[in-house]
Amino acid sequence: MERKGAGAGGSMKAARQQPKKMAATAALVAALAPALALAAKEYNLQPAVTPIAAQISDLHVYIMWICVLIFIGVFSVMFYSIFAHRKSKGHQAAQFHENTLVEIVWTVIPFLILVFMAVPATRTILAMKDTAVPDLTVKITGSQWKWNYDYLDHGFGYYSNLKTPVAQIEEGEPKGEHYLLEVDQPMVVPVGKKIRLLITSSDVIHAWFLPAAGVQQDAIPGFVRDDWMQFDKTGTFRGQCAKICGKEHGYMPIVVEVKSADAYASWLAGHKNAAAAAADDPNKVWDVKELIARGEKVYTANCASCHQPTGKGVVGAFPALDGSKVVTGPKDDQIKTVLNGVVKNGQPTAMVAWKSTLSDVEIAAVITYTRNSWSNHTGEAIQPAEVKADRS
Amino acid sequence: MSSIPHDHAAGHGVDREHADHPGGIMRWITTTNHKDIGTLYLWFSFIMFLVGGVMALAIRAELFQPGLQLVEPEFFNQLNTVHGLVMIFGAIMPAAVGFANWQVPLMIGAPDMAFARMNNWSFWLLPFAAVLLLSSFIVPGGAASAGWTLYPPLSVQTGMGMDLTIFAVHIMGASSIMGSINIITTILNMRAPGMTMMKMPLFVWTWLITAYLLIAVMPVLAGAVTMLLTDRHFGTSFFNAAGGGDPVLFQHIFWFFGHPEVYIMILPSFGIVSTIIPAFARKPLFGYASMVYATGSIAILSFLVWAHHMFTVGMAAAGQVFFMYVTMLIAVPTAVKVFNWVATMWKGSMTFETPMLFAIGFIFMFTVGGFTGLVLSLVPVDIVLHDTYYVVAHFHYVLVAGSLFAFFGGIYYWLPKWCGRMYDETLGKWHFWRSFVFCNVTFFPMHFLGLAGMPRRVPDYATQFTDWNEVASIGAFGFGLSQLIFLYAVLKAIRSGPPAPARPWEGSDTLEWTLPSPLPYHTFETPPQVS
Repeated sequence: MERKGAGAGGSMKAARQQPKKMAATAALVAALAPALALAAKEYNLQPAVTPIAAQISDLHVYIMWICVLIFIGVFSVMFYSIFAHRKSKGHQAAQFHENTLVEIVWTVIPFLILVFMAVPATRTILAMKDTAVPDLTVKITGSQWKWNYDYLDHGFGYYSNLKTPVAQIEEGEPKGEHYLLEVDQPMVVPVGKKIRLLITSSDVIHAWFLPAAGVQQDAIPGFVRDDWMQFDKTGTFRGQCAKICGKEHGYMPIVVEVKSADAYASWLAGHKNAAAAAADDPNKVWDVKELIARGEKVYTANCASCHQPTGKGVVGAFPALDGSKVVTGPKDDQIKTVLNGVVKNGQPTAMVAWKSTLSDVEIAAVITYTRNSWSNHTGEAIQPAEVKADRS
Repeated sequence: MSSIPHDHAAGHGVDREHADHPGGIMRWITTTNHKDIGTLYLWFSFIMFLVGGVMALAIRAELFQPGLQLVEPEFFNQLNTVHGLVMIFGAIMPAAVGFANWQVPLMIGAPDMAFARMNNWSFWLLPFAAVLLLSSFIVPGGAASAGWTLYPPLSVQTGMGMDLTIFAVHIMGASSIMGSINIITTILNMRAPGMTMMKMPLFVWTWLITAYLLIAVMPVLAGAVTMLLTDRHFGTSFFNAAGGGDPVLFQHIFWFFGHPEVYIMILPSFGIVSTIIPAFARKPLFGYASMVYATGSIAILSFLVWAHHMFTVGMAAAGQVFFMYVTMLIAVPTAVKVFNWVATMWKGSMTFETPMLFAIGFIFMFTVGGFTGLVLSLVPVDIVLHDTYYVVAHFHYVLVAGSLFAFFGGIYYWLPKWCGRMYDETLGKWHFWRSFVFCNVTFFPMHFLGLAGMPRRVPDYATQFTDWNEVASIGAFGFGLSQLIFLYAVLKAIRSGPPAPARPWEGSDTLEWTLPSPLPYHTFETPPQVS
């Protein structure tokens, strides 16, 4: 046995070094402990606010305990073996290498455990898929990078944009309480009602993800998928787009406000009135200042994330509007570009068509804004009627 | 056994060492020797591991605090995407092929790989693919940024970096297919007399099955990215609903490749661990036959579970239930493997040199990854964890603590044989313990982030996720720096390690240990007789 020198000798040395190693590891853990103590805030699923989310949460707890028990079982055996069956303790190796009965038993037992996991999971799947007989249907459309909520039963809809100021994101200003999870207009739904969601997208795949409600559904362009939720309690619940959808993927929050029946009814009435009052008269002739003021808002909400607030765009990805030939050239070309988007080789590009997203007034305003901002000084006012004429 | 049996052909090989191949750089460019090519694969994969690792550190640095500090979101997405592609196609897969090149001929008693020139070509395609992939960072519009899964329509939107990525994937796929054909042919035709299939070392078995998986699925990936290419440039509408296509079709095709790919990355590691554990327990592998059958079942089941990556696309309940059941079923053969490894250790006579430590670390942490996989297989739970950091934690446990740890173990195990010198055991243990601790510090908190609802692939996050992100980032830098110990340990062994005996590990019993250390340039020119 001349060979044993390197292997066994090495291991004896290793055994002697073990306490030192453990001390080093302990020191490392101690160094990290303050960070670990601080970090104890978020470690589990968000509290469930729908029956489905409650089922998911229970299922998760149930599965976790099974896993933890198996884990402890298997690794107690392994660590006992590591402790007891080591050469340094003079343990002689047994030479057994199979046992048909044992092997059959430990194939069958995991299988049976899986059956006990599959049964409750299947029950929840069937409940999740039951979108029949809703009290309210809301169509949710994802687009780069905001959500649109369309109350199909009531004939109005609106966009929901990120409200967190750029200064908090990029310039290190103190972050607000709901940093990145706050929107200008949340989705509003009544408590205790079954809300059916019709989810789709106008450009790339997004995912509407509201963890506390146990809902995640991909928004797929060209297809409408459905899902449902029914809240147990009122409150404000927050989530985010979960499917990578381009550069602002991390800035596409979802906020749902669950109101009592009365509060929801008055929100609904107020929203309908406001929508009616805000409707623009398309034949009104606007002056340049009004259009620029309105256009700046439209630009900030819809265009600035790519073309940038400075109008300089992003080199190689998003063209500059400042000094652009399209923006300072014939106005009909620009109107058509905004209405129909830019299509290359039959495929839509990041410059999507805005004709179904923005009204004539909004398009006229934003175009007027771009033609009169930064170094662009065309002095032209584009009227909503001109936009209307170019829609065809 | 008091003397090492040298077959005379091996000695003959030493004499010819300087006569039959060029020296310097031309040796490596023109080599058809499986050992040289194995070395090339392993160094290539280590370099790509460092490249992908630097990207991971840039990602973790940005995520150390909420807000944008270091990189723009667009560049963040590019880093994320290329990190994934580089680690999978550049680091893990070539490393596995490197092990196959070195070990398959040695373990079956063959003189070399079956197609030696094709072997050279399948390696030398890789550096060009890597250059193509990495150069996409400097073209207009930057690198691919849709995530390594390249889902359309987002991947149709991006600039020409995406085209470079597609071509790189084509080339890497061709390389993998050639490598696999070579491995299968070698194993089926070049085994030493007496080495029946059921006598092959488990590493050879796992690679045989892996190679079949590769041949089955790499063309599928090539098809998927080719369809992307024609959608991007030639007006087709495979994935464009406006033209009658379906974006979800891509996901089905991609994951029909992608799930077997997961096992492509883990099966060779199973083989390495199944080699190391018996060697250091000084006891034969428990349940050899059931290990082979378990590997085969995992491979077959891997073709039937692809849609569990897509539970949120809105498939019918029947589809969800089917894919959930089959996915759960994979837990059975995987559990059998873990039980077999533990039973191999049971009543052994164990020592804990670095390869054994990595193998035990593998079993421990791979099992964590296996359990989170089981949690994710349950559709209702997956709905709230899909595309969150829980998934990131899960696959890093199986890929980093799984595949990568097994590869580290394999390197320490075979390095004495390959270069004839021992590595420094103290350095090896430092490398293991630091990797083990920091790997857990990095990836364990990601479970919490995912459970709390933090989506993956975001450059910025809500403030309640800050603490765990800080911990993960600290762990990532610790893990990254620990790999420099590995580099140092390997270089030190190669240059100045003490000479290794022919069989430095008491319990090792495969054919390569019957050869002298360092290995002659040509081995087994006369096949050994296996009893």
